[in-house]
Formats: sequence, structure tokens, C-alpha cells
Amino acid sequence: MNASIDVPQIARFGALYVAAARIRSMAKWKTIIAAVDVGNPLFYLIAVGIGIGVLVESNSGTSGTNGIKYIAFIAPALLANAAITGVMDECVFPVIEGFKWRKLFYAQNATPITGRQIAIGVYLAALSRTIFSVTIYYLFLLAFNVVDFGISVVTIPAAIMAGGSFGAVMMYFAAKIEKEDYFFNVMQRLVIMPMFLFSGTFFPLSSMPIYLQPIGWISPLWHGTELGREAAFDYGISTLMIAVHLVFLLAVAAIGLRLSIRQFERRLAK
Amino acid sequence: MPHPLISVQGLTKKFDDFIAVNGVNFQVGKGESFGLLGPNGAGKSTIMRILAATSTRTAGTVEILDKDPERFGPLVRAHLGVVPQQDNLDGELTVSENLFIYGRYFGLSKRFINNKIEELLVFAQLEEKRNVKVEALSGGMKRRLTIARGLVSEPDILLLDEPTTGLDPQARHILWDRLFRLKEQGVTLVLTTHFMDEAEQLCDRIVVMDKGAIMAEGSPAGLIREYSSKEVLEVRFGSDRNVEVAPVLQKMCERMETLPDRILMYADDGEKLLEQITAQKLHPTTSLVRRSSLEDVFLRLTGRTLIE
Repeated sequence: MNASIDVPQIARFGALYVAAARIRSMAKWKTIIAAVDVGNPLFYLIAVGIGIGVLVESNSGTSGTNGIKYIAFIAPALLANAAITGVMDECVFPVIEGFKWRKLFYAQNATPITGRQIAIGVYLAALSRTIFSVTIYYLFLLAFNVVDFGISVVTIPAAIMAGGSFGAVMMYFAAKIEKEDYFFNVMQRLVIMPMFLFSGTFFPLSSMPIYLQPIGWISPLWHGTELGREAAFDYGISTLMIAVHLVFLLAVAAIGLRLSIRQFERRLAK
Repeated sequence: MPHPLISVQGLTKKFDDFIAVNGVNFQVGKGESFGLLGPNGAGKSTIMRILAATSTRTAGTVEILDKDPERFGPLVRAHLGVVPQQDNLDGELTVSENLFIYGRYFGLSKRFINNKIEELLVFAQLEEKRNVKVEALSGGMKRRLTIARGLVSEPDILLLDEPTTGLDPQARHILWDRLFRLKEQGVTLVLTTHFMDEAEQLCDRIVVMDKGAIMAEGSPAGLIREYSSKEVLEVRFGSDRNVEVAPVLQKMCERMETLPDRILMYADDGEKLLEQITAQKLHPTTSLVRRSSLEDVFLRLTGRTLIE
């Protein structure tokens, strides 16, 4: 063994080594990542925010959106959704790749790096991609005059929390996959798409029939969006609800990450 | 043996009802080149993953550098270089990037790794390929890179699982040459293989495995001496006549194996035996006299060939 190998130090920083390697791989895809993470929500913002916004506001002004311009109303939701899509990309495909396609996790685990550190490292890398892309997206919102610079900057951490919460759970499912690759195609169509549509993204959740509202209640997108709206403009959410949103997002992230770590450790030791 | 680097006693591993490894004992000393020889499914890879401190065992004790790999995984792995059966390089990164990130997992400094990369590229004969994406490399190059990667941390023990499986003969010989150099440098090698020539070329000592258990242990030459004759006469009479002549041939040698396509006759002097056969007016369609190999040892021990 090389004398400079410091095992306790690897125990402390191993997750960061894994994250650094992930980010190095991600950097090779930066053009596509930028297009997906920033371009996609930008198209929605322009098409729906401006286009449909004209319809909405010419019919009922801003009475349906608590007095807020329609484009501003949907902006925090699109920001949170961009975060969710980005984190999910980085929590799902690298995990299937790591266990199945290229077995990179087994290579990492042959070093002093542990399964726990691999899970945390992949997760941190996913969050860092989101911090990058959500920040750029926020700058677009400023440039388009959709939000005013100030406390609205808090929409960024709100969106990242939504992404982190959803991503942690998805990472667990990705680590469970042994055979079926189609799982995430089904997820995309039956979970992500409905979540995107029914989480109070394009209209307040309360305007839905009560039996559809639970989709929003369990959706990280709704919780992140509500927090983001409160930050972006004075949306009038109670302090209690702010606490509920925060606790929900952090709790789901913590549970998802915990399950992921356990699953990583188990699967690598098989 | 002076204090061994690896000590395995009563090692057993079960997967549900299936017993993959069944009460295996062996030791590996410093600087030794030790091989696990056996067919697919003999339990070799399972043992390797346990030695690599990544898999758990069902029973028995394992000590690597006096530490239980199950309890001190990261600490034990800091001493190991691992070359898995299936290359798990990052195909999207270049040759030198793969070496670099791997070195970082050992917490090694950037300066140290960058110097080490130069040395390893020469060793793996990949100097020209340093900036090439791994997915563009040939199978032999990938394997050499995987070995180089396992050496980044200057390990005390290098574990190689089927190092040349799937490579063409030329790539195998290049790889053997590289591994032989490591052996000369005093690196302790533990490898699994189902190629008897590989075991003969590279290993000081081997264990022959079948169905999760060790059948025999010794040096390649010692095992051949113990379990086989000096020479082997291979004769073919055509698939129909093989069975017909077998009883006659049986009386002419100490031991005989009838395979579907040929008959193996064990004797100290193969040419002389062949003369006796032709004197009896039995004319084989083809005949070949060769030295006994580990393949014959395996056949003797298990009644089966290594590659089926």
C-alpha cells in the first residue's frame, strides 16, 4: 500500500470524491444538460406563461392567482419542476449504470469507498447539477422581469429542496432495479407527468376538486412550488404551512436517502 | 509458510439454498503468485469478492493482513488492487482520467497520481492512448488498463478474476508478460482462471476447485506429478470405434479417459505406447503425444474437463 493512503480521511471525504467523479462525467454532457434543464422550462415559461397567460388575464385578470401575473405565478413551479427533472436524471440513470450497465459502483467499492459514500456522492452530484441549472434559470426570470431581485432568490433553495426530495426517493427505486429497464418509462408517464400537471403548477391546487388535491399534497413539486411562490411574491401562505412544506420536503429527502444508502450497501455486498 | 498475507479457514458462502463455496482453506504468502483453478461455477469469483472485502461470508474465518475484511472493509481494501472479471471502466472518460479518478478514491494527491499515471501508462503499453476515450479501446487494452488501475494505489496484493478470459491469444500473451513482470517485482498475485496454461505460466501454487470445494493443492508441476503420468497419448479412432477399442486399450496403460471425441492414455513414454498400439494392428486416425497438463489433473480429480 502506498504510505500516503489515509483511510480515516477517505472515511470523511469519500462521498466528495465520488461526487467529483460524477461531476467530471456530467461535464461531458454540459450542452445537453443546459438544454434540458434550462431550455425546456424556458419554453414552458414562454408558451404557457406568456401565451396562455394572455387568455387567463383577458378573462379574469389575476383574480384566479391571488392577484399575481400568470407568468409570475407559474415561474416558481417551473423552477421546482426543472430541479426535479434534473435531480431525477442524475439520481436514476447513473445509478442503473453504476449497478447494471457499466458496474462503475463495483469499481468504486473495490477501493476504500463504501456503498454509503457512493450513494451520498451520487446524490450530492445530482444536487450540484441542479444548483447550477436552477440558478441560471432564475437569472432568466430576472432578465424577463418575471420576478424582482431580492427575497425571490429563495425560490432557488425551495426548488432544490423539491428536487432533492423527489430525487432521493427515485434513487432508491433505481438502486432496486435488477432487470426491468422500462420502470422509468412508466414512471415518466404515470408519476412524473401527472405530478407536473396536478401539483398546482398551472393553477392553484385549491381550484381542483378535493379528490384530486391529494396528488399535490404528496408531491414534492407542490410543496416546493408553494415555498417558491411565497418567496417570489407575497403569496399569503401561513407560517404553519411554510413549516409543513419544509418538514415534508426534508423528511422525504431524509427517508429516501436513508433507504438508498441501505439498498446501495446491500446490493454491493451481494 | 512465514506469516501469510491471506489466511482462509472453513470459508463457506450460501446463496439461499445454493452452496457456492463449501469449507475452503488456503493461505497466501508475501510475494507469492497464487491461483484458483476451476471451471465456471466452481466458486472462484465468489471467493475473490470475499477476499476483495466487498462480499460477506456465511461461515468460516478470513484474514487479510491480519484483518477481517468483513469488519474492516475500507482498511483492507486500501491494501488491495482489484481486477474484476468484467471490465468496469468508465467508458466516457479517457484512459488517464480513469486512472486519475480511481487514484482519488484512495485519497491520493493529484501530484502523486499524475506521476503514477505516467509510470502505469508505460507498464500497460498505453502511452499513445492516454487521451482516448476508454470505449474506443480494444478488449486487451481495456484489460491492461484495468490492471493498471488496480496498481494506482501500489497495493500489497493484486486480485485478478479471470484476467484473460475473452481475449485473443496475442492479447493474452501480452497480458501474461505484464503480469509476469509484476510477479518479478514481488507483487503478491491472487488470480482465478479456467485456463490451465494460464495457471501453469503464472502461478507458483494453485488450488484446483470444483463445485465450491478444493480438490487439490500444490505447485503446477507438483500436481501434475502427483495426479498424472509424465506423458499423455491422445488417440482418435472416430466416434464409433472409440468405444469399441477402449477395452483393448485399457489393458495397455495405467489409466485412461474416454472423452466423446478422443481417448486419453496416461503413460510415462507415450511414443512407446503408440508403438504397442500399432503393433496390435489398431490404427488410430490421429494420434498425439504430449506432456501432462493441469487439464489432466482436473480430469483425474473430477472426471470432467475444465472447459465444457
